[in-house]
Amino acid sequence: MKFLVCISNVPDTTTKITFTPDNKEFNKAGVQFVINPWDEYALTRAIELKEAQGAGTVTVLNVGEADTEPNIRKALAIGADDAIRVNAHPKDAFFVAQQIASIAKDGGYDVILMGKESIDYNGFQVHGMVGELLGIPTVAPAMKLDMSGNTATLEREIEGGKEIVEVNTPFVASCQQPMCEPRIPNMRGIMTARTKPLKVVEPTADAARTEVAAFALPPQKQGVKLIPAESAGELIKLLRNEAKVI
Amino acid sequence: MSVLVVVECDGGEVKKSSLEVASYGSQVAQMLGTTATAVAVGEATEANLAKLGEQGITKVLHDAEPRLKDFVNGAYTKLIAAAAQKEDAKIIVLANSNIGASVGSRLSIRLQASIATNVVELPKTDGGSFTVKRGAFSGKAFADVKLDGDRKIIAVKKNSIEALHEAGKTAQVEAFSAQLSDADFADAPKQVVMQDQAGGILLPEADLVVSGGRGMKGPENWNLIEDLAKALGAATACSKPVSDVDWRPHHEHVGQTGITVSPNLYIACGISGAIQHLAGVNSSKVIVVINKDPEAPFFKAADYGIVGDVFDVLPKLTQAVKELN
Repeated sequence: MKFLVCISNVPDTTTKITFTPDNKEFNKAGVQFVINPWDEYALTRAIELKEAQGAGTVTVLNVGEADTEPNIRKALAIGADDAIRVNAHPKDAFFVAQQIASIAKDGGYDVILMGKESIDYNGFQVHGMVGELLGIPTVAPAMKLDMSGNTATLEREIEGGKEIVEVNTPFVASCQQPMCEPRIPNMRGIMTARTKPLKVVEPTADAARTEVAAFALPPQKQGVKLIPAESAGELIKLLRNEAKVI
Repeated sequence: MSVLVVVECDGGEVKKSSLEVASYGSQVAQMLGTTATAVAVGEATEANLAKLGEQGITKVLHDAEPRLKDFVNGAYTKLIAAAAQKEDAKIIVLANSNIGASVGSRLSIRLQASIATNVVELPKTDGGSFTVKRGAFSGKAFADVKLDGDRKIIAVKKNSIEALHEAGKTAQVEAFSAQLSDADFADAPKQVVMQDQAGGILLPEADLVVSGGRGMKGPENWNLIEDLAKALGAATACSKPVSDVDWRPHHEHVGQTGITVSPNLYIACGISGAIQHLAGVNSSKVIVVINKDPEAPFFKAADYGIVGDVFDVLPKLTQAVKELN
């Protein structure tokens, strides 16, 4: 079985968010980039399923410029077999989905996995776009994925519960907790990752449908109003009479 | 040309988030000098759909196919696309829910539309451009996004828009068939399993949330959180370390890699306020922090705070709510 796992390169979760002076771009200066945490679930589960089947391949795909390669190598160190980087700045979800669909169409992948969204743009769109571009089912967000032959059984989160869904390959799933325990690379993985193939391809289309006009930070809080613990009940009166939220 | 609003229904009722979406859609229609039509998905009664007139909807399209009761991506996408074609809808508005985002992303390809999810404000249409404000960086920032093209899809974040209530106004409910075939239901769920929710309130839909962290010391103390939540009519939530050690289930985990919430009131009990947790809650209208450590970073993001032991403070709060009610 051939797995294609799509990963994004995102700022570390502890990053303080700032922007370039024109507010058009995220300020990358001094920021540590990591594999998108949601994508780590997709990557680890693909590796686990390949190992359980005793055959197959896991290919990592990233749409990004050369500075994403350390995290692509990290994905290879975790256990992916090979990697493809589409050499382009990821303009928007539509642009990224077109690149993934193009690679997937030519590669004959059975299962396409990714995180439910990236923690920087939070679009939650790419999986559906890829599924529609390829004309195959999408399951999002998936909390569990098991394979039996060409049939996958997935648990999909719904508000207030979950659904059990069965689909046949090929399909796209976006992943989230508690699908698996994401792996961290070991020394052997790090050594072998250096020699695994990483193919760089140019983008097939350059169309985007959205453009960020400006980023902004949320307004600063006015400051906390402290209520003494011994008269904690006063808080409830303030929430009703002053804040008017209860 | 019209605005099409997708309303999600459950058990015959229109979901609260869909009342907000309908209000958003009707206000956009008014801005553009047109009307807003809704298409209903899920299990809906005609009487409840007609009440969408209170949110400014003039007409509701309703396909009574019983298999649409549960979410089926293929069928929902085809139904909404057919409704969009019928109404010549240039703007389609959905909830930023799992259903809305799943269907919206497929629709954007099928209808060749631009799409923005996580949208928190009405659009700006200055100088021929169409711009929406959306949350980004897991709630740590906002982005003004310009949507290109003839057709646009907007997924509205819950609790971002106040629902309109024009009492007595009704929408015309019209039978609609998208000619769905068995193939459209190929990805229908085999089984639907509902979780136990405290007081039956779903966390993503909740107006009020009471949340606990490691300061609660253990799952055996969660009755204090639940008692306050029950008194307030709030949903319960937790921080990531709490769900990681299985004190609480994953679906209560709020934060950057959990559920993002934007309730009117978020009460954080024994949560220090790691940046990843703040990312999931900082669009709450009012934040209350209860922590015995006065240096807990969460106090910087709070509107109200109590420096004290949650085991002393929570019963007092619950008692005060009961007295107020």
